[in-house]
Amino acid sequence: MPEIGTDRWVAEFESRRVRREGPWGRLVDWTSRHWLGLFVVAAVVYPFVIGGDFGIRVGVNALLLAMLAIGLNVVVGYTGLLDLGYVAYYGLGAYGYAFLASEQFGIHLPTLLVVGVVALAVFGIGLVLGQPARRLVGDYLAILTLFFLQVFVELALNLDRLDLPFVDGPVSITGGPNGIAGVDPMEIFGFRFGQVRDYYFLLLVLVVFLIVGVTNLARSRTGIGWRAIREDTLAAEHMTIPSGRLKVLAYAFGAAVAAVSGTVFAAVQLGVFPQNFTVALLIVVYAALVLGGEGSVPGALVGALIIAMVPELLRTPAGARLLFYGGLAVAALTLVKPRRRLLVVVPGIVATGLAVRSLVTALWPDLVDVEAAGMVDRWVVRFVPSADVVVSVLFIVTIAVVLGIVAVRRRGAKDALVVVGVYLLVLVWENRLVEEPSITRQLLFGALLVVLMVARPHGLLGRPRVEVV
Amino acid sequence: MATLELSGLTKRFGGLLVVDSLDLTVAEGEIVSLIGPNGAGKTTVFNLISGVFAPDEGDILLDGSSIVGLPRHEIARRGVARTFQTLRVFLNMTVAENVIAAEYASGKVGAVRSFFGTPAARAEAARMRAVAEERLRFFGERLIGYRLDQPAYSLSYANRRRLEIARAMATGAGLLLLDEPAAGMNPAETQEITRLIGELRDDAGYTILVIEHDMHVVEGISDRVVALDHGVKIAEGSFEDVAADPAVIEAYLGTGGAATK
Ligand SMILES: Nc1ncnc2c1ncn2[C@@H]1O[C@H](COP(=O)(O)OP(=O)(O)OP(=O)(O)O)[C@@H](O)[C@H]1O
Ligand SMILES: [Mg+2]
Repeated sequence: MPEIGTDRWVAEFESRRVRREGPWGRLVDWTSRHWLGLFVVAAVVYPFVIGGDFGIRVGVNALLLAMLAIGLNVVVGYTGLLDLGYVAYYGLGAYGYAFLASEQFGIHLPTLLVVGVVALAVFGIGLVLGQPARRLVGDYLAILTLFFLQVFVELALNLDRLDLPFVDGPVSITGGPNGIAGVDPMEIFGFRFGQVRDYYFLLLVLVVFLIVGVTNLARSRTGIGWRAIREDTLAAEHMTIPSGRLKVLAYAFGAAVAAVSGTVFAAVQLGVFPQNFTVALLIVVYAALVLGGEGSVPGALVGALIIAMVPELLRTPAGARLLFYGGLAVAALTLVKPRRRLLVVVPGIVATGLAVRSLVTALWPDLVDVEAAGMVDRWVVRFVPSADVVVSVLFIVTIAVVLGIVAVRRRGAKDALVVVGVYLLVLVWENRLVEEPSITRQLLFGALLVVLMVARPHGLLGRPRVEVV
Repeated sequence: MATLELSGLTKRFGGLLVVDSLDLTVAEGEIVSLIGPNGAGKTTVFNLISGVFAPDEGDILLDGSSIVGLPRHEIARRGVARTFQTLRVFLNMTVAENVIAAEYASGKVGAVRSFFGTPAARAEAARMRAVAEERLRFFGERLIGYRLDQPAYSLSYANRRRLEIARAMATGAGLLLLDEPAAGMNPAETQEITRLIGELRDDAGYTILVIEHDMHVVEGISDRVVALDHGVKIAEGSFEDVAADPAVIEAYLGTGGAATK
């Protein structure tokens, strides 16, 4: 009879272990261990590299979004509560700050006190409004919380002409559609926040603090309890976990995090307006979380940074170009497998370009703008402005070819389509999209998101979830 | 301390009478097997005890006090832990985390201290992990070593059954409800689990109520056997007595099966 509990896999683990090899593997290992330090260094350097106020403002938005995404990660990523009212707590935080630090009611409390009071108050509101999460799950909870958000927006819009007892005339609480302007800047320990840069560093401190705290929580019984609830609420309850209490706690924790970021938001833009807290922002926060990977703190951070900063990078033609060709290279690398086929595909793309260019120049010389003298212009056909229709048709053909690449399975056919597709993409890009920055930005950003989500459906740093095996 | 006493326990699902005024006691340190053909209501009895459903009639006493109507986590806290016939491990958590989750009630550190990572919080996390390893060590080397940090979905069926038992032990309960612990195991593994259930009582001091279809296992572990058919207790006693009981043979033959070995 065999010994109890012998297991070959466990016994032979060390000899079967496969380690990540090579410089790339070591880099990945090192980065995953030191990601927070890397982030802090990069974030501290960023304002000095980027210079102007605009760049720092982008950084402020990115950090605000990061806070929101990390808070939402606790609610959705860990506990699995689909909270569509999340942004309302961001708004409550912002309005709370405005109430206690502006001329609206003539109250000007010290910043730390305001932030503390607002965080606690919104945490309390979260405890109350989180009660339905005890029973409701999934889409039911989603609809209910979405309703909370609508109520918040309606209140913010309409609490501007309120008749109160013992007060003469209508009272404005929220300032209605005009919001509350002239909010006090923050002041902590006598230091008055004057520049955007000051808020940037405050937010950086808050984000790091939050990351460390949430990472600590994730390892505690509370965090493990949250994840157990998402996995299987009934089983979690049988394992002594008070699911109702923990769900409400997660919900209120998320609300408080959103509220704190809301106070900074109000101070940094020196005002609060109802249109800052709508479903549009909710979608952005969810996009950041899903892109980064639900359930992963570094994922939420990276997702927020990408969502907040890439569109800004796309604002300048140079940045857009960098991203376009970078994306194209990555796409070609992932699509062409095994990699050595690139030895055929890349020359194929070059040859196609040269062939098409000489062909078009020979057949329809008046369509081609021979003046254009950029590097790619010697290779790609640059059309004259009057050939607009041709470019539009090619645009549609390009989309068809790209869809074909996704649909086709046969390797030879796929590689051929990649050759044609890459050439057409460059052609359309150089002729049309570079000229139309606003559309390009949207298109390219959308394409980037699609590519990222197709490549990693569970998010950049998330783990693929297994439901039933 | 763990004694269980069911009296007049009744459960209906719509018009279907699934458990019919069942009386059953499990004494401290006893291993009682619940047998019966498919659909006899065995799992439903577990669901009633552990609080998945409230009984329509009757009472459930744990160490003399009623646990009917308590929230599920409270019942678990008072000392009733269970495994599931249809395995319900936390698939996307590691083996160690699965067990640590079940130690929730033993923790004292709240969310605030955990957030700040105070020494107390760190110490507690380390202690919980050590306890988890110790519980898992009960199954020899099968679930320790590198397996501790593998996601539970990577485990084989038999290892998931073992993980569920380790998880139930980690709750700190004195009474274990094991729903078909040997289902899906090969003969060698079945022999092993039979021995381990014996050790759960002899060495670890648990009181055990177990549902099992494999009569080798039932014979090997039971102090007492209770046979159920259509929610009614049809026989009770030693394995030999129950196996020879005409009502039991009739029940099994009537559904096409047989209480044979
Ligand atoms: N939640 C429920 N709703 C309605 N009917 C149920 C429910 N749970 C169980 N039943 C029914 O109650 C009866 C007893 O089911 P139960 O799962 O307790 O049987 P069992 O003795 O555990 O059978 P098996 O040996 O197959 O596991 C079955 O007819 C089943 O269909
Ligand atoms: Mg059953």
